[in-house]
Formats: sequence, C-alpha cells, structure tokens
Amino acid sequence: MTQMQNFTKGFFKENAVFVMLLGMCPTLAVTNSAINGLGMGLATTFVLVMSNLVISLIKDLVPSKVRIPTFIVVIASFVTVVDLVMAGYAPALHEQLGIFIPLIVVNCVVLGRAEAFASKNNIVSSIFDGLGMGLGFAMALTILGSVREILGNLSIFGIKFAPGDGILVFILSPGAFIALGFLIALVNKLTKKA
Amino acid sequence: MAQKESTFTNMFLTLLIVTAVSSLAASSVYNLTKEPIAEVQRIKQQKAIEQVMPGFTNYIRKAVKPEDASDSLIFFNGFKNETAIGVAVNTYTNIGYSGLIKLMVGFQPDGTITNVEVLEQKETPGLGTKMATSWKDQFMGKNPKEFKLAVKKDGGDVDAITAATITSRAFCDAVQRAYTSYEEMNKENN
Repeated sequence: MTQMQNFTKGFFKENAVFVMLLGMCPTLAVTNSAINGLGMGLATTFVLVMSNLVISLIKDLVPSKVRIPTFIVVIASFVTVVDLVMAGYAPALHEQLGIFIPLIVVNCVVLGRAEAFASKNNIVSSIFDGLGMGLGFAMALTILGSVREILGNLSIFGIKFAPGDGILVFILSPGAFIALGFLIALVNKLTKKA
Repeated sequence: MAQKESTFTNMFLTLLIVTAVSSLAASSVYNLTKEPIAEVQRIKQQKAIEQVMPGFTNYIRKAVKPEDASDSLIFFNGFKNETAIGVAVNTYTNIGYSGLIKLMVGFQPDGTITNVEVLEQKETPGLGTKMATSWKDQFMGKNPKEFKLAVKKDGGDVDAITAATITSRAFCDAVQRAYTSYEEMNKENN
C-alpha cells in the first residue's frame, strides 16, 4: 500500500465514522455545532498521529501480552497533554468540549489504529495512517456538526444565516442519531454499497 | 528485530518504563501549562467582576459559607475611591440540568441586581446554554425584594427559557443564594 493510500483511506474507504462506525460516543455527543465537531476532530487527530508514531516506534520492545495496557498508557499521556494545552491556550473550546477531551482515551478509533495498524507497520506509514484517519474523523464530525447546526440553530460555525430557532431536536441527542443515520445512508449510496 | 517474549520480567519492565516515562511527560506538561491555565481563570473572573460591578477601582475578597450550603460563596466588595459601590458574588447551584452552575452576580448597595455573568455551566447546548444570552437581561435592575426569583410556573417573576425550565430554576436558585447571603451580611454589618 502506498503512503498516499495510507493517508486517503481514512476519508472515504475506511472512514472511522461513516464506514467503520468507530468512536460513536464523541461523534454523537459533541457534534451539536460545526466548530465543536472540528475541534474534537483535530484534538483526536493530534492524539492519533502522536500515539501511532510512538507505538510504531516501540512495537518491537513491547511483549504482546502487555501491548494493550501499554498502548492505553501512551494514548492517555497524549490526551492529558491535549487537555492541559487546550485549557491553557484555547479555553473557550476546552469549555465547550469539556468531558469529551479526557474521553479521547477510550475512543475506539485511537486504540483501533494502534492495534490494527501502528503495531504492525513502520513509522512513516503509521504517521500517514494516523493523519488520514484523524482528518477523516474530523471531516465526518464537522459535516455532522454542520448539518445539526444548520437544521437546529439556523447557523453555521456560529454565524446565523436566518432568524428563528430551527428544528430543536437536531441540537439534542436524538438529532445526532437521525442526522448520522441519514449521512451514513448517503455515504453508502455514493459509494454504491447499497 | 523480533518481538520481545512475554516473560514476567519483560512485561514488568515494559510497563514500569512506559508508565514512568508517560507520568514524567504528563507532569512536565502540567507544570508548563499551570501558569497559562491559572491566568485564563483569573482573567475570566476579573472580566466577570467588571461586567457585574462596572466602575470599581479595587475590591476586598471574602469567602462566606452559608449554613445550609455545601460550598462557600465568594464576595468581592467593590469600592470606587473609598466609596462602596456594591458587591459581586461568585455563587453556584447544584440543581442544574447537568450539575454545577457557577454565576457571578452583582448587587448595588440597596440589593438591586446590576448584572449576572455565567462563569461555568454544563447545560444542554442550544437550550440551557441560552441562559448566558440576552435571557439573563431580565434580571438587570431588578431588586429581589420585589422581584421574586423563581420561574413563573413556580409563582415567581422570571420568564423561563423555552424547553429549559430546570436550567432557569437553577439559575434563580443561584441568584437567590447570592442574594440571601448578601442580605445576611448586610444585617451583620449594621
């Protein structure tokens, strides 16, 4: 597989949200606005790239029976870094995302890539894989966040384009499921799976 | 290089090294970001005080713990060139839709509410979070002596946020808590 493929597969072919349905907790919970989706996506991308990098570096040094706890510790360290840096330098976004930043630790996308890719591939491939998967995740979250914000609040990235309140349900949790369902159906239609 | 065997020593050493290195990394980042994070909190509090108590030149900080409450309220007694111009109260409530809400409420010396600022909240985005918008303007210039701090549904004078009555109730609760202890403090001083 070329590096280009390692990078691009995260966007469509193996998109974490629309195709593999991984990381559903942050996907459904934080995407009530486009900016939240983007912020969460980028935070996850950082963690994903860094943990993929470190794990592919240490993969030969870690006995296979303790690989999962090792990966979790590596991931948790990077999440702590993101959490603290965001609290110090992007307080508004940190406040919005709140509890979901620490929860990146248990995001299946991150551990999934560590186990399925970084522990079997070299450093360069792992970085491209992490970057592609992360940006694909960010793209999916931004699209979902935009759809929900447009329908629920009649605004996009916080800019109101029409007066009024929109369809409230799209801001609430049920709206996340409805919007995600239709988006997955659309992606399946476009990729001609169904 | 072949993968290390899963012997007890190997596993033990691996986990020991990995946890040691990552705790070291986490603690150094913590030390690096401690200052900026404290600064962000301080600026936020300062801004909130300015919002609810305009024109103050200095203030005296004082923590007050009401008897029936779990946590103390923080009073900022504001002065403008030695004249008391009011007080900003850092108050809170635990009955929000998603837990703790922290507000900064400003009172004039006669108890009239100057303004209210939201410091911390975890309410439902798009519903409860509306309390930080123009909705809270209805509290401005009202004196809790005549203005009953409860939503209309509960017989008060406050228009609740549509579809966020619980948040509105919590907001009133926090303001009421601030007012009650402000009144008590005034009684003690006189």
